[in-house]
Amino acid sequence: MSTAKTLYDKLWDDHVVRVEEDGTALLYIDRHLVHEVTSPQAFEGLRIAGRSPWRSSSIVAVPDHNVPTTDRRKGIQDPVAKLQVQTLDDNCKEFGLTEFDMSDERQGIVHVIGPEQGATLPGMTVVCGDSHTSTHGAFGALAFGIGTSEVEHVLATQCLMQNKSLNMLVSVDGEVPPGVTAKDIVLAIIGKLGTAGGTGYAIEFGGDAIRALSMEGRMTVCNMAIEAGARAGMVAVDETTIDYIIGRPYSPDGEQLEQAKTYWRTLHSDDGAVFDKVVHLDASVIKPQVTWGTSPEMVVDISAVVPDPDAESDKVKADGMRKALAYMGLEPGTPIDEIAVDKVFIGSCTNSRIEDLREASKVAQGFKVADNVKLAMVVPGSGLVKKQAEVEGLDKIFIEAGFEWREPGCSMCLAMNADRLEPGERCASTSNRNFEGRQGQGGRTHLVSPAMAAAAAIKGHFTDIDKLD
Amino acid sequence: MQIFTRHTGIVAPLDRPNVDTDAIIPKQFLKSIKRSGFGPNAFDDWRYLDEGGPDIENAGRRINPDFILNQSPFDQATILLARENFGCGSSREHAVWALDDFGFRAVIAPSFADIFFNNSFKNGLLPIALDAAVVDDLFKRVSETHGLELSVDLEAQTVSCEGETIASFEIDDFRKHCMLNGLDDIALTLQHADKIKNYEDKRKQTAPWLF
Ligand code: SF4
Repeated sequence: MSTAKTLYDKLWDDHVVRVEEDGTALLYIDRHLVHEVTSPQAFEGLRIAGRSPWRSSSIVAVPDHNVPTTDRRKGIQDPVAKLQVQTLDDNCKEFGLTEFDMSDERQGIVHVIGPEQGATLPGMTVVCGDSHTSTHGAFGALAFGIGTSEVEHVLATQCLMQNKSLNMLVSVDGEVPPGVTAKDIVLAIIGKLGTAGGTGYAIEFGGDAIRALSMEGRMTVCNMAIEAGARAGMVAVDETTIDYIIGRPYSPDGEQLEQAKTYWRTLHSDDGAVFDKVVHLDASVIKPQVTWGTSPEMVVDISAVVPDPDAESDKVKADGMRKALAYMGLEPGTPIDEIAVDKVFIGSCTNSRIEDLREASKVAQGFKVADNVKLAMVVPGSGLVKKQAEVEGLDKIFIEAGFEWREPGCSMCLAMNADRLEPGERCASTSNRNFEGRQGQGGRTHLVSPAMAAAAAIKGHFTDIDKLD
Repeated sequence: MQIFTRHTGIVAPLDRPNVDTDAIIPKQFLKSIKRSGFGPNAFDDWRYLDEGGPDIENAGRRINPDFILNQSPFDQATILLARENFGCGSSREHAVWALDDFGFRAVIAPSFADIFFNNSFKNGLLPIALDAAVVDDLFKRVSETHGLELSVDLEAQTVSCEGETIASFEIDDFRKHCMLNGLDDIALTLQHADKIKNYEDKRKQTAPWLF
């Protein structure tokens, strides 16, 4: 038998504490990220059972889903949301956990601040009560989302009962054309795999096009692994990874850094490692992507038209398409670049990092938001991203173009705070889910890259960024 | 956790693929810091014609008469029949709490999203994955016999209809054991506390920067 291992095999093996007869493993967790929505019931459970956190130093907590993106000094207006954020603050105080609260400049979306602080490191197991925890896999870590019962389990034991997934390699070969971003790559992957294509697998993203991405681009790709059904997505460690980590508050330094680097450089799939499934994509043919339906797999090129359910042979699929088109208020055959938008949202844990804001600002610079666009907003992923953007003057570019420049948080990605779509409103959004009602009941979401969202704001409809003059 | 051994109940058909957890329980209800009370808001956007919220009384709201769970006898259903990739999207366990609180004890579908699948076991809600063809057949049976009842036997790992076994399903031994006995898996894990400590000690030697 070959001893060659995949990256996932290595990460898994390094964290197994013990194995049950049926293969269920007790897996050790290095980093536990916590936010206000999925944790209160877990802390409550801990309290009722008279338990306390196993290793408090593994935890970093932050409120992000419910926080207002406008004037923070007024606090949270919604009393129910306010209580939830307050509950996180109280739990962190009671159990002595690190929290970046709403007044902390390091506050932001949990999946943005982990890497930003160096709290996400290669070779770690990272969990959070949030499906987009897959983001952290970009660092060669095993990172996945868990439910609230599992949050409580990790709090109490530092471990999780897990069944090993299968190995999948998604290789994006060659080079993407200019203007095509990490978001387009991952949407194209989901279009190919389908939203359940990765179910039961841990996906490693590889190939030249992935290697060529910055850490932020890799995070965007891994972020959406869950939209292909895979609980974990990951990218092998290389010098890009290591360069990004060095000097961050939580990352090692001195001798430990040298020791860590030696280990980190082993975090890749060995030559000859066997994957249960391998999928290849040709990077050179990927174009900017736009979703047209209510599932991220319902995605096409900007140059395409809205597809026709009558042309779909699978009956269940065709019915799904019809329901989606009815909800989205779209007719088959409509050119994507003729679809007008009412709102534009640039933000979320997929696309709210500094490079995303730079890309969008480049497109917006010198233009004005179109008259038919009621609201175009930019929500940085963290207080530190916001600060950096302001140092670079990006805020001014956005504001001059007519965008609103907001405080960090999840915002209109899921509309738990005041930022939301009204029924029937159509939005170009850089987030990761276009489910029914995701951005507000009756709201219609089209997922795009930051550059494509900015272009849609300027034109008032989707447009190929290549054609923007 | 609730014990699950055998259960017989009315089946409600939800005939669409990729039912996501946002649909099962919309985000506004996630502001609650409790584990219970989500049942009246399960599938809220489909179940009501007006918008609901954590501070809105459901009693005065406009019911969507076309939605299956608003129709008798499906409002009494305890088994949900669904299509592939059920429970995809957000990790919110609130989705399982909402189904449980509505009265569901089992969900049958060709496939489930991983996180939802895990969350279900933690709450005594049994997710049963059956072949797409079998699920198709069940949808047919449900449409032919109004208020059809199915029986689920976890011990035997079977689904039966009027005494006839129509399918058997797979489940990990460990999960089955926990569910049959209603075990608290935190207590189970803590029985291995010494192993966890040993692991930590070793890891502190090989990867000290993690501590
Ligand atoms: S930005 Fe959106 S997807 Fe990301 S953690 Fe927040 S709500 Fe979830």
